Amino acid sequence: MSGGSSQEPPVVGDRTVAQLVAAARGGERRAAARLLTLVEQGGQPADEVAGATHQLVDNAHVVGVTGPPGAGKSTLTAALTTLLADRGRRPAVLAVDPSSPLTGGAILGDRVRMVEATTAGVFIRSMATRGHAGGLALAVPGMVRVLDAAGFDPVVVETVGVGQVEVDVATAADTVLVVVTPGMGDAVQANKAGLLEVADLFAVNKSDRPKAADARRDLELMLDLSDLTGHRRAGSPGRPAIVSTVATTGGGVEELAQAVDDHLEALVSSGSLAVRRQGRRSAEVRSRLDHLLLEASAAAVASASTDGSADREAPGTTAQRLADHLLGGSDYAG
Amino acid sequence: MSGDPPIRVVLAKLGLDGHDRGLKVVARILRDAGMEVVYLGLRQTTETIVDAVEQEDADVVGISMLNAGHLTLGPRIVDALAEAGLDVPVVIGGIVPDEDRPALADAGVAGVLGPGAPTDEVVAGIRDAVAARGR
Repeated sequence: MSGGSSQEPPVVGDRTVAQLVAAARGGERRAAARLLTLVEQGGQPADEVAGATHQLVDNAHVVGVTGPPGAGKSTLTAALTTLLADRGRRPAVLAVDPSSPLTGGAILGDRVRMVEATTAGVFIRSMATRGHAGGLALAVPGMVRVLDAAGFDPVVVETVGVGQVEVDVATAADTVLVVVTPGMGDAVQANKAGLLEVADLFAVNKSDRPKAADARRDLELMLDLSDLTGHRRAGSPGRPAIVSTVATTGGGVEELAQAVDDHLEALVSSGSLAVRRQGRRSAEVRSRLDHLLLEASAAAVASASTDGSADREAPGTTAQRLADHLLGGSDYAG
Repeated sequence: MSGDPPIRVVLAKLGLDGHDRGLKVVARILRDAGMEVVYLGLRQTTETIVDAVEQEDADVVGISMLNAGHLTLGPRIVDALAEAGLDVPVVIGGIVPDEDRPALADAGVAGVLGPGAPTDEVVAGIRDAVAARGR
């Protein structure tokens, strides 16, 4: 995994990573796309890209878009980024869809709803979770870094359709937009822990449907109770705004764009942006470390069952013995 | 999930052709063969397909045509990709008479999959097109 300093820089096609980064920063989309592939595939080239880009970031506003399947995340993301592109911004979208746990294959269908955004010049990259739970993929932070370094702003990360607990996006973005729809549940649902707690901003999409006012009211009541108990996620500058949208017609999208900008401004003026970005870095370290530990754990379990040692003792004993072996004898100082 | 990264394939219908049932079946076949399918769906233009292939860094693009436009539109996609500097093979699926195949091959189309092509032939057609480019 670690790139030795004596190695030749990896060459991709006929260009080095450094050349690709320079080209991407000069506006070449093909170079940015190739860097995204390198990060997604992992290994030494991904480390090289991370090394070449991690000092070039924090210029983009990273916006996470999440919500249940079918809420309209893709359509709303497309409408929002199309509007921003038409205003002269350079938005990019990372759209995540699930991989099949059986074959590793995936159908990445977000572009179906993003033809207009493509034509407006929005850079869109589809990606699969590749076995990662939590609503995103392991490579997302590294890919956000590439898009940030390449000068895209904002970088919008659209999660898979989530249930109530896939909240990885909360630590991957500066601003989290949760998309809900009318009829998704009553006030009790709205007060359960999980997804709704991590929102910086709500869109009640499909607001031309019956009960849209009820959905809005339930969210307002939930936020009233959060104010009452003082419950708020770390680095949150204020009460989340609620915007009613109809993504298919563009209804409410200007208001949504304004709310997204307002949230960034509030993060900056309250000093919370630095807190959020420190949190993003820590979460990425944590997620990479978890991944390495999981791999080591799987390998240890496989070897214990091969040599038969696991058959002679209680499962908990084996686990403890393997943990002692994996973690013993080293300390954390880098 | 370690080993070779999955093949990334862009699938699209080009132009005025509203029949996407076959393309959906192909998408599912390729997904179940372990590929990542970037599905564009209906009414794409040459430009939106080229943009998608570039941004997605796709290994191969599959275009479905049931409107008899393959002799015009097939070469047009191949040329547009080449013009954009994208060395990505194009596979055409749909109703293509046998006598049209040599012309498409001459135009740089990497493969043709006809109606009723069995599952393993579809998968092999895509894999072969990718392998031939050494990607």
